[in-house]
Amino acid sequence: MPTLPLVVNGRDFSLEVDPQTSLLTVLRDHLDLTGSKYGCGEGVCGACTVLIDGKAQRSCITRVGSVWPKTITTIEGLTSGEQLHPVQQAFLDESAMQCAYCTSGMIMSAVSLLNANHNPTERQIIDFMDGNVCRCGTYPRIVSAIQRAAKVMAGSPVAREASR
Amino acid sequence: MNEKPQAAIVLDPERYELSAEPLYHFDVDRREFFKLLGAGVLVYSALNRAVTQESGGAGHSWGDSLPKEIDTWLHIGENGRVIVYTGKVEVGQNIRTSLSQAVAEELHIAIDKIEMVMGDTQLTPFDMGTFGSRTTPTMNLQLRKVAAAARDLLVGLAAAQWQADRTRLVAADGRVGDPQTKRSVEYAALVKGQQLAASIPFDDPLVSATDWKIAGQSVHKVNGRDFVTGKHRYPSDLKLPDMLHGKVLRPPSFGAALLSLDTQKAEQMGVTVVHDGNFVGVAAPSTPLAERALKSLHAEWKSERQPSHDELFQYLKKNPENGNDPTGDGDRFAVGNVDQALTSTDHKLQQTYSVSYIAHVPLEPRAALAKWEGDNLTVWTGTQRPFGVRGQLAEAFRMPEERVRVLMPDTGSGYGGKHTGETAIEAARLARAAKRPVKVVWTREEEFSWAYFRPAGVIDVTSAVHRDGTLTAWDFHNYNSGSAGIRTYYEIPNQRIVFHPTKSPLRQGSYRALAATANHFARESHMDEVAHSLKMDPLEFRLKNLKNERLRAVFEAAAKRFGWEKPKSEPEQGFGMGGGYEKLGNIATFVEVHADLKTGEVKVVRVVSAFECGAIVNPDNLRNQIEGSNVQGLGGALFEAIAFDNGKILNGRMSEYRVPRFSDTPVIETVLLDRKDLSSAGAGECPMIGLAPAIANAIFDATGVRLRSLPLIPNGLKAS
Repeated sequence: MPTLPLVVNGRDFSLEVDPQTSLLTVLRDHLDLTGSKYGCGEGVCGACTVLIDGKAQRSCITRVGSVWPKTITTIEGLTSGEQLHPVQQAFLDESAMQCAYCTSGMIMSAVSLLNANHNPTERQIIDFMDGNVCRCGTYPRIVSAIQRAAKVMAGSPVAREASR
Repeated sequence: MNEKPQAAIVLDPERYELSAEPLYHFDVDRREFFKLLGAGVLVYSALNRAVTQESGGAGHSWGDSLPKEIDTWLHIGENGRVIVYTGKVEVGQNIRTSLSQAVAEELHIAIDKIEMVMGDTQLTPFDMGTFGSRTTPTMNLQLRKVAAAARDLLVGLAAAQWQADRTRLVAADGRVGDPQTKRSVEYAALVKGQQLAASIPFDDPLVSATDWKIAGQSVHKVNGRDFVTGKHRYPSDLKLPDMLHGKVLRPPSFGAALLSLDTQKAEQMGVTVVHDGNFVGVAAPSTPLAERALKSLHAEWKSERQPSHDELFQYLKKNPENGNDPTGDGDRFAVGNVDQALTSTDHKLQQTYSVSYIAHVPLEPRAALAKWEGDNLTVWTGTQRPFGVRGQLAEAFRMPEERVRVLMPDTGSGYGGKHTGETAIEAARLARAAKRPVKVVWTREEEFSWAYFRPAGVIDVTSAVHRDGTLTAWDFHNYNSGSAGIRTYYEIPNQRIVFHPTKSPLRQGSYRALAATANHFARESHMDEVAHSLKMDPLEFRLKNLKNERLRAVFEAAAKRFGWEKPKSEPEQGFGMGGGYEKLGNIATFVEVHADLKTGEVKVVRVVSAFECGAIVNPDNLRNQIEGSNVQGLGGALFEAIAFDNGKILNGRMSEYRVPRFSDTPVIETVLLDRKDLSSAGAGECPMIGLAPAIANAIFDATGVRLRSLPLIPNGLKAS
């Protein structure tokens, strides 16, 4: 089996793995980064979303051999020390979750959106996030959380409590 | 428990999965057989299976047996942590938070001192399962009583220590204090890590809902940080040293029988291969290797012709069965003389409604990790019934329940779909052969084909009404879908309401709100049809026939917020309503749609739900549940349906089975009616039931097209 280089959350790895293996399997089974979830296996639910060079990608349909030298960020790499990313904090502040199995994929997609568009409209949020499924149906809260995070990241004041 | 023992729990007949035959019959070798006789194991019969499992098997009985000892439920550690034990489980309904609030409220301690141990059959008291919206009315109340009793005990301990009059001592913020002497002591220092050895008194007063300080507040998810950081381990995330990954061979269609199996290639791969009765599975150090080994198995199957979705509704009407019905002759309610009232009426309406099979699609598929240590089995699995799954494992492996431990980490949702333990049994069977821990995680395709579905059904309704809008007769027949919510809350002197069990082409079982969704769809659509036929306002017609004050209140509150009287702003706009009573909650949902007959497009624009479930425990979480019910309910109302033919699911992938997404989601407004004078009830199910009829009624309002089958518009308005 060939040795593959991989950069995940700022760390360099060298893995003995079939390059055809999905990135999701490698993250979960080889690196024990289980924050990225399996939901559909065909890239249509978004639970497995990670950032590859800052852009949201579905890790379940990404071959691990196709990634290097790009860098991967998973939900585990989003915090800096104890400090939550503003999107993570906004999901807590808006209670934008129920079972929360979709949450890490939602957060990674939202970070990708806000990386590219600092001040998205509601329509742009819905269009960008439409590939992520929340079966518990917390979509309106997730939209609110992304709007809140955008404000925080822009340095604008945000109401302390959830807006609802 | 302090309350009177309940009579035998009556299970809704549409919980078909609970009375089903076991999926697997493992062969028992000679050595095991003698061991098993020695253990004196109870062998279940199919007839008493559901009853036995629901009462927890030998040694438990539900209702009169909630343990009375405080220390069974609650322990205060020397470090000041309060550990609370409950057999209920967390699948996203946020009861870890709401139950923590209940304990914090009655124990008079900060909520962050509380740690809930949930759904661990070794540590928590027996619980029949987390379903039927029973956590809030039963467990929330029980834990409040436990915490109140513990607080009294702590005050007593302080009084004895200080030789003070206990009536003047005050318990607050985790301490007992004496206002006279200004002394105070932490709970932990009073208990010193000892068990709280006392019983829960019969009539200990609880904090009135009007005085709640922690309960009644919008507390955020208590372990929310673990979820936004990816730290929480769901069942599918668990890992043990030396663990193998298991895969199970599935038949090509339902009911197919295995004729022959060649495992030679798989065995040459160095993986564990198990063929035991109708079970075939493999376990390997990696998932890709397990998948390759599974593919290398050569199996021949024999299938029999089975019905397809095209003939589903005729099939249900033509294939009666009473095997799953606990009463034997259908769930039946009758008052007055329906036949006479229907023949003597000046205004009769007869219509047929139907609902398709739909899938739960929990985003986390079924998963289990099993480990054997000698004859003892431990399984971590995502199930709403850890004690039920313990019983299934004990039955499958012919061992006493005492040697089986089932643990349920907070799981990626269930919606009624995770009541059974097949994944646990599969992992345990493979682990026994491999002599190593084995994890089985179902693929999405396995979830779609081998879990169970919400029952399909046909509902015939015939009604009679006076010209003034007074209902006189109601003849309501539900075939297969179930009896939850089947009774009408409208005042009608002559009624006949019957649930008819039938055979089912697909495996079916519990789904959030059970048949209440189907029965309310039929009833609330029919009410709308009658109102229109009389040229009466649908709200006025409902209220004319409705006495129930709680239900009237939610209809009136929702109508007010919605603006029911407002004129339409465009011809494609339609307004509709639906509502009802279920699982001790009252809901009214009003909907605005934009429905265009020319393009066939239907968009649900706005939903207003008014809900009342007694005293509200956590307002924001309640809103979250109501919003989620409406979003999830959109799928079954508009487009979700399982397509099948000859024993095969035709749309068993996420790319083929449409679930609601961001772009489907309307503006959702919730109106909460907080009845602090009433006991708190659950809210995970009832809020869902008003949506589908409200949408159907709104589509009719916009277009004049009456849709009577769920989903309403799987292919848009024109094609349906």
